[in-house]
Formats: sequence, C-alpha cells, structure tokens
Amino acid sequence: MTTVGNGGRHGPDGGGKPGSGAPLTLTKKDFASDQEVRWCPGCGDYAILSTFRAFVPELGIPPEQMVFVTGIGCSGRFVYYMDTYGVHGIHGRAPAIATGVATARPDLSVWVVTGDGDALSIGGNHLIHALRRNVNVKILMFNNQIYGLTKGQYSPTSEEGKVTKSTPFGSLDHPFNPVALALGAEASFVARTVDVDRQHLTGVLRRAAAHDGAAFVEIYQNCNVFNDGAFLALTGKESKGLNQIRLEDGEPVKFGPDGARCVAVEFDGTLRIADTADTPEELVYVHDSGHANPAPAFALAHLSSGPTEPTALGVFRDVRRPVYGELMDRQIALATEKLGRGDLGKLLHSGDTWVVEDGGVPTGPLPS
Amino acid sequence: MPTKTVEQKERVVVRFAGDSGDGMQLTGDRFTNATAVLGNDLATLPDFPAEIRAPAGTLAGVSAFQIHFASQDIVTPGDAPNVLIAMNPAALQTNLRDLEPNGTLIVNEDAFVDRNLEKAGYASNPLEDGSLDGYRVYRVPMTSITVRATEGMGLTKKEAERSKNMFALGLVSWMYSRPTDVTTKWVEKKFNRKPDILRANLAAFRAGYNFGETTELFAHTYEVKPAPALPGTYRNIAGSTALAWGLVAASVRSGLPIFYSSYPITPASELLHELSRHKNFAVRTLQAEDEIAAIGAALGASFAGQLGVTGTSGPGLDLKQETISLAVALELPLIVVDVQRAGPSTGMPTKTEAADLLAALYGRHGESPLPVVAASTPANCFDTALEAARIAVKYRTPVILLSDTFLGNSSEPWRLPDVDGLPEIDPHFATQVNHDDGFMPYLRDENLARPWAVPGTPGLRHRIGGLEKEDVTGNISYEADNHERMTKLRAAKVAKIADDIPLLEVDDETGDAELLVLGWGSTFGAIRGSVRRTRRSGKKVAHAHLTHLNPWPRNIEEVLRRYRRVLIPEMNTGQLSMLIRARFLLDAESYTKVQGQPILAADMDEQITRRLTR
Ligand SMILES: Cc1ncc(C[n+]2csc(CCOP(=O)(O)OP(=O)(O)O)c2C)c(N)n1
Ligand code: SF4
Ligand SMILES: [Mg+2]
Repeated sequence: MTTVGNGGRHGPDGGGKPGSGAPLTLTKKDFASDQEVRWCPGCGDYAILSTFRAFVPELGIPPEQMVFVTGIGCSGRFVYYMDTYGVHGIHGRAPAIATGVATARPDLSVWVVTGDGDALSIGGNHLIHALRRNVNVKILMFNNQIYGLTKGQYSPTSEEGKVTKSTPFGSLDHPFNPVALALGAEASFVARTVDVDRQHLTGVLRRAAAHDGAAFVEIYQNCNVFNDGAFLALTGKESKGLNQIRLEDGEPVKFGPDGARCVAVEFDGTLRIADTADTPEELVYVHDSGHANPAPAFALAHLSSGPTEPTALGVFRDVRRPVYGELMDRQIALATEKLGRGDLGKLLHSGDTWVVEDGGVPTGPLPS
Repeated sequence: MPTKTVEQKERVVVRFAGDSGDGMQLTGDRFTNATAVLGNDLATLPDFPAEIRAPAGTLAGVSAFQIHFASQDIVTPGDAPNVLIAMNPAALQTNLRDLEPNGTLIVNEDAFVDRNLEKAGYASNPLEDGSLDGYRVYRVPMTSITVRATEGMGLTKKEAERSKNMFALGLVSWMYSRPTDVTTKWVEKKFNRKPDILRANLAAFRAGYNFGETTELFAHTYEVKPAPALPGTYRNIAGSTALAWGLVAASVRSGLPIFYSSYPITPASELLHELSRHKNFAVRTLQAEDEIAAIGAALGASFAGQLGVTGTSGPGLDLKQETISLAVALELPLIVVDVQRAGPSTGMPTKTEAADLLAALYGRHGESPLPVVAASTPANCFDTALEAARIAVKYRTPVILLSDTFLGNSSEPWRLPDVDGLPEIDPHFATQVNHDDGFMPYLRDENLARPWAVPGTPGLRHRIGGLEKEDVTGNISYEADNHERMTKLRAAKVAKIADDIPLLEVDDETGDAELLVLGWGSTFGAIRGSVRRTRRSGKKVAHAHLTHLNPWPRNIEEVLRRYRRVLIPEMNTGQLSMLIRARFLLDAESYTKVQGQPILAADMDEQITRRLTR
C-alpha cells in the first residue's frame, strides 16, 4: 500500500494487486451492464463480448476494481456493455488514457479495447509506447481489417489491393503485421486469437490477465457488413484445420490433418512451413513464449502474410519485465525515504530566504 | 588606496550579456540572490538565445540576464538598463541599443579581438572608433586578469578563462555594494566536489571585487537601500518554480496526488523538471510520447482519482484540444498549463507572447466552454495554480492556466504564505449511491458539478465517454432536447463560477480616474508600474487586472463603464479587447505588442500619456 506524502490525507493511491483479497463468487451477470448491445447482427464483436463476460468472473476481481478504456470504432462500444468502471475516450488515445489510469492506480485491473484503425493508425504512437513502458494494461485489438464505424474504408491491416469505398481501384498500402509490430515495440506479452473460437480466445485472455505488465492481444474479428469472411481460412469448418497453427509452449509446432505440416527451423535461424514427413524431428520448432530473444516470435509472426493462409495463433511472447506503475510507486517510496515525506512549508522555505522584521514600512501589497 | 565615494541610488537596472557559454544566466542569478538577501525589491528577466549551441561569439549565441532592483517596491524587470556588462562584441552589438543614453558600459576588453569583432558584424572596433562616446565606458581585461588570478591552481588556460563570469560578478557586486558571503557560500557548496574549480571561481570573484576597489577606473560605488516591505519571510522566485510549487500545494491542500504528464517543449519543460524533483510529495511525473498522450494520461489519472495536470506551450496546446474537449464532456478535474510563446507554428520558441487566449477559450470544436485563468506575476503563478486546482476539483472541469515565457523565466521576491492559510480543496469523492434508481454519474450538485466516483468504489460503477450523455443518467443519448439541455448545462456550470471568484478590483487611488487600463497576464508589472508613475505626474489613470478570463468577475461590466476610456494592452493583436468590445458593445481601445518581448512600463507610459494630455 502506497501512501500519499501530503498533509496526511490520502487520495486513491494504490493498494493490493488486482484480484487479491477475499475470494469472491462472481458470475457473468455481475459484469453485464444494462445497456442494449448494438452491433450489427452477426458481428464478431458479439462473440468476443460473450466469451469475455463468461471468462472474467474466474479472475476473482471485483467489478469495481476493473476499468475498461476504449477508443472510437465499433470495438469502442465494448465499454458500455461491461458493468465495471469505464472510459470511452477519443479515437486512438485509449492506451494513453489507460496509461494514466494504470500508473496512478496499480491496484486496478485495466483493459483497453481498440480496433485496427484505432490502435494502428491514429493511435499507433500510444500503442507502441504503452507496450514499451510495460504499463499494466491488457490491450485487446479487434482486428477486422476494415474501418467499420465509418462504413468501410480500408485500414492499416487491410491487404494490398483491397477494394473499398476509399480505394475503388484497390489500396496501395502495405499492411501492418500487428503481432510483429507489438514485438518490435518491446511488448512483454503478445498473442493472437480469433473471435469465434471461444476456447482459444478464453485461453489467451487467461494468459493475458495473468501477465504482469502490458499485454497485446490481436483478435481476428469478422465484420460481416464491410469485410465479411476475411478470416474464413482460419474459422471455416474445413479450412481452419488446414490453416490454424496453434502455438503451445513446449510443443513442436505441427498443424494440419494429423500434424502433416510443421514449422521448421532453417539453417539461418528463420522459420518456414514444411511437410512434417520431410523434416527431421529436431528441426521442428518447439515453441517457447518465454524465450529471452524475441526473434523466434517475430519469425512466427511472419509465417503468413495474412489470415488467408496458414497463420500462427496463440501466445507468441510472454516474458517478465518491470511494470511501469509499480516502478513509479517504488520511485516515490524511495524518494520519500531519502528526502522525507514532502513538507510544503519546508519546500517554500528551502534555499535563500530573508526576513523583514516588523519595523519594515508597509507600502501596500507587493505585486504578488 | 584611492578612497571611493558611495552614491545612493533609488533604482538600478543591470544587464549581463555574453556568449551563451559565458555563464551569464548563472551570474545574473547569483547577483539576484545577493540583491534579494540585501532586501532590495527586485525583478529579473533572462533572455536566452534560441539556439542551444550557437557558434561561440556569434550574435545568435548571445545570452542576457537583466535585473531591476530598488529601494521601493517595483513591479517589472525594468526597461532600459542603466548598466550593461558586455562580455564580447556580439553581446555589445545585440544589447547596446537598449542601454540608456549616457549609461554605464562595462566591457571585457580581452574579447574585442578581430575574429570576434568580425563575427559580431563590426567593421571597426567600437572601443576605438568613437561610436561609444555617448556612454560611460569601462574597459576591463576580464579574461586576462582572471587567468592571472587563477594561476598555479592546476587549471588549463581554457578552464581558467571560464571563470571570467565570476570576475564580472565580483566587479558588479562591488559596484553595488552587494554582500559577498552569499556568493562565496554558494560557490563553496556548488563545487565542493571539484576543489580546483571552486578555488578558481572564488579567486576570480575576489579578483573582480578587488579590481573595483583598487583601480582608479571606478570612482565610486553605489548603494541601493533595502525596500520597505511587509514583515515576513521572503525568497526570490521564478514563475515556473512558483507554478510548480502551486501545484504541489494544491496536492497538499486537497490530498490528491498530482499526476503531471507532459511532452518537453520550451518554455513549459521547466515545470516537468521542477515537478519531477518532488516525488516525495507523491507527485507522479510522466514524460509522455507526445502532447496528446500527455493529456490523455493526465485525464486517465483524474478518472482514477488523482489530480491530472499537463503542461505545454502553444504548439502542444493545439494538439491537446481534442482531449480537452473530451474532458469537457467527461466533466472531470484537469489542469492544462499553457506557457505561451510567440507563434504561429514554432514561431520564436524562447520569446514571449500572450496570443493563446482565444485558443484557450474557443480553440475546440463544438460548444466546449471551460474556465481559464491567467497568472500575472512570477509569484502569482503559485496562487493561480492553486486557484486553477480549486476550480477544477470543485466544478469537475478542465481548467486552462495561462502563463508565458516572460512570467515563467522572470523572478521577483515573494513573501512566503503561511501553509495553513492556503485554501483547502475538498475532492468530495462520491461514496454513496445518489439516486433511488442507482448511481447517476451526471446528477449535479448545487454548483452543477457532477459526482466524482473513482474506480474501486463499490456500488458506483459507471461508464463515461465523449458521446453525448443523457442528463442525470449519463447514458448515451442522441435525443434532440437532451443535447441542447446538456450543452446549456455545461455552459451554465462554467458561467456560475463567477459567483465563486473575487470581484474585479481597481487600483484607482483618487477614484476619479478618466482612463482605466484593463490588463491580463504578465502585463501586470508594466501596467502597475506605469500607472503609479504617470499618476505622480498628474495623470488620472486606474488599473484593473483579470486573473479569471472565463468566467469574468461579475462586476466587470460595471467597472468598465465607470471610466470614460478603457485601454487594453496585450501581447497579441487584441484578443481580450475584441472580446470586451463584442460582449459589452463598449469602445475599449487596444494597445498591442507582438515583438517577442514583454510590454514595458515605458511603453505604457507613452500609451497612457498620449491618451491623457491634460
Ligand atoms: C479524430 C477522429 N478522426 C476520425 C474519426 C472517425 N472515425 C471513427 S472510428 C474510425 C475508424 C475505426 O476503425 P477501427 O479502429 O478499425 O474500428 P472498427 O470500427 O473497425 O471496430 C474513424 C476513422 C474520429 N472519431 N475521430
Ligand atoms: S460495421 Fe462491422 S464491425 Fe461494426 S458492428 Fe457492424 S459488423 Fe461489426
Ligand atoms: Mg476495424
């Protein structure tokens, strides 16, 4: 518990870790607000919301200890549907606002929900800096590879050549690889999952929640109105078995029917998709999300150039690094130990002062 | 030893000018402290070069520091210096035009060599060509005496030369009978880990002092008696320090930790530097990735129950406006400090201006009203920061606090307030459900302020956002009448603050002034000084100064209408005067100056005299 060094009164200022305290029996109802959910019928956001509500009670965090911060976009509506504390901010700035919340109050469980445009276009700067600082926020990026709310322009994750309202002749932009971007920003936790796979999504959320510090989770989310089927290769009944590359720690990465395909380690250290039959067992990549070097995770992120072909899903990286808010609390504690608890009178009188005795002739108020 | 006479002076303005590597700011600062301790009233103004590392000896590299001290209370750093210390030709070139006719000019003769003269654009040596005949010139070989005085102390010639500013300080300290122990003690403390430098600095300082005393060059010293002042403990304070301390005081008086996040920008960085030193007051400082992040994090901290503050200058204010409008919608406490500088765009980053008033008041889209306050003197920055915090917390609103380069950098003596007498600020957090149907985040109190319920409080969970909210419940609403009601409620809340601020006071000694000078911000000193001075010569002139730019004090119209003529001086092209004219259909006159320099008392003398010929 941190205390405030000012005048003896305390503002809300830290406390235990999220989830500490008496065990609680919470249910999904405790987290559902009374607001009517208003996404387009069939939108992938429903699946994510429903999975999240079903999952969150297991964390044992009282809903008043949770804060959702969202940006602008269809995904931004998420905040209104969770009966926790919440801020619906402005376009792209949720990671910045959440940085303030989480740094001021390390006792809270802070979640950001953002979209591909929100997080990677207008808010790209805040995203990378929140990740690099390792602020204790869990960032869920709903990637539908389109601008949903503004009715269908291409986004920074749309594939090259994408035909949209703003690109009738096809987009010229090369897309971001969000997982690679997060890794490049020194994120300590990076994962990818899909909206409709409840079990996988839950597993990833569980790992993210357990992670100390910033967690970046890319969730492929179907926008059935403006970009329907973008992730069919990974979600279709038949295709998903062919294309989902599941990352499990300690396991050799194999996929496809009977594990016929695998991720092979090349002699130059890069990774490549290969036929298992042609690959010596010791050259099949064994996943380790805790690897000190981000290079394997980066290579996994680049196995595919988009979700239309075999693509890695799961936790790419999960390493420990000092957490920003806790660092700041510690610095305050150390400074207080060294300098003594702040005393305003002492501060004002520090340095050179001089005294005018009673005999000083008052000449009316000084300019202050 | 020649005997020197002591001449009494009422007021003196001294300017130290040299290359930015010559340590002029430090020299000025030390001279200021010795002056303050002596009990003179004073005001200071540094003038930094725009380039951090301009080539040595060039005009762009000149750095100056001006101090005005007197045996009477004074309110401005002074206009034309009486004494100019020029450490090199470039310093002479850029500062001579300000020196009063027949003023005292002390030059470092050693620096007037061909190479330096050329860099400063002199075709011939001004010390030789008669161009300085209108001044009392003292040629002092400061560099060579300093090198001689520090001989045998194990310093290289270059290191030794670096102490020449201490020589200048010693000489001017002697001239104005400043105490030496203040400076000596400071040098001893500052360099206690570098004994060589310590000895050299002391030696140079003493050499300068003794030079004045022993050479026949100087016939007399001057004495400026202590200024009469209210009893109390005083210190000298710069505006940026006062502002930072005001925020710390707001934290102490509210129990709310300060969360200050900012992106470095001249001249607001000083606030970040100062606040980051006070972690033992539980001040959290965050150097954000940009100005948008800085205000976003501050707003997030406010939502979480701390006092979010962000500081910036003009270009940063532009970037913050979208988030300020979010704060207007969220109705959360937030302080945005704008230390104004000359614009547009990057403008003149180290030069002063006060042209962000309209941006502060109206720089956002939609109807987005918020309170705006402006500091008027360096020490007043402390009070204004406290006032901004009081309003922000009580009314759950973002507040813009305007300062400027001139205020931030200049300093004055400050009679230290009694900490227990400072206003208390009650955060008044919501702890209970406020309605039969549950917690209503937009159910307002008698001040129209909404409850501040912070995360972690059981039973008060709620979501707020930038989308228009339904009155009382805070739920999203696009309903026509509701939007109009909410627009008016937000405006009414800000307008109502007028009932909670002091009335506009007028400095009108005889009560029969014909001309009212209405000021705001850092023009205070120049206006007050000039009004007093011109009154002594019979001018019927009064002065009123606005701290609250939105809302204005309730009696402002009544005050303005009391005077036949109203003059509004501003360091912009007439922003307040436009507002006053528009609001009251009143023929206020505008005097404007946008030269990157403060309005001077002399400017005001002329403006006032011109309007009051009788
Ligand atoms: C400053 C600003 N610029 C533009 C917009 C308009 N806008 C709102 S959402 C959005 C894009 C959202 O895309 P994404 O983040 O992918 O979210 P989605 O709707 O797809 O979930 C844009 C451009 C805005 N609200 N604010
Ligand atoms: S536009 Fe797309 S992303 Fe937005 S709610 Fe509709 S389906 Fe979902
Ligand atoms: Mg999108």
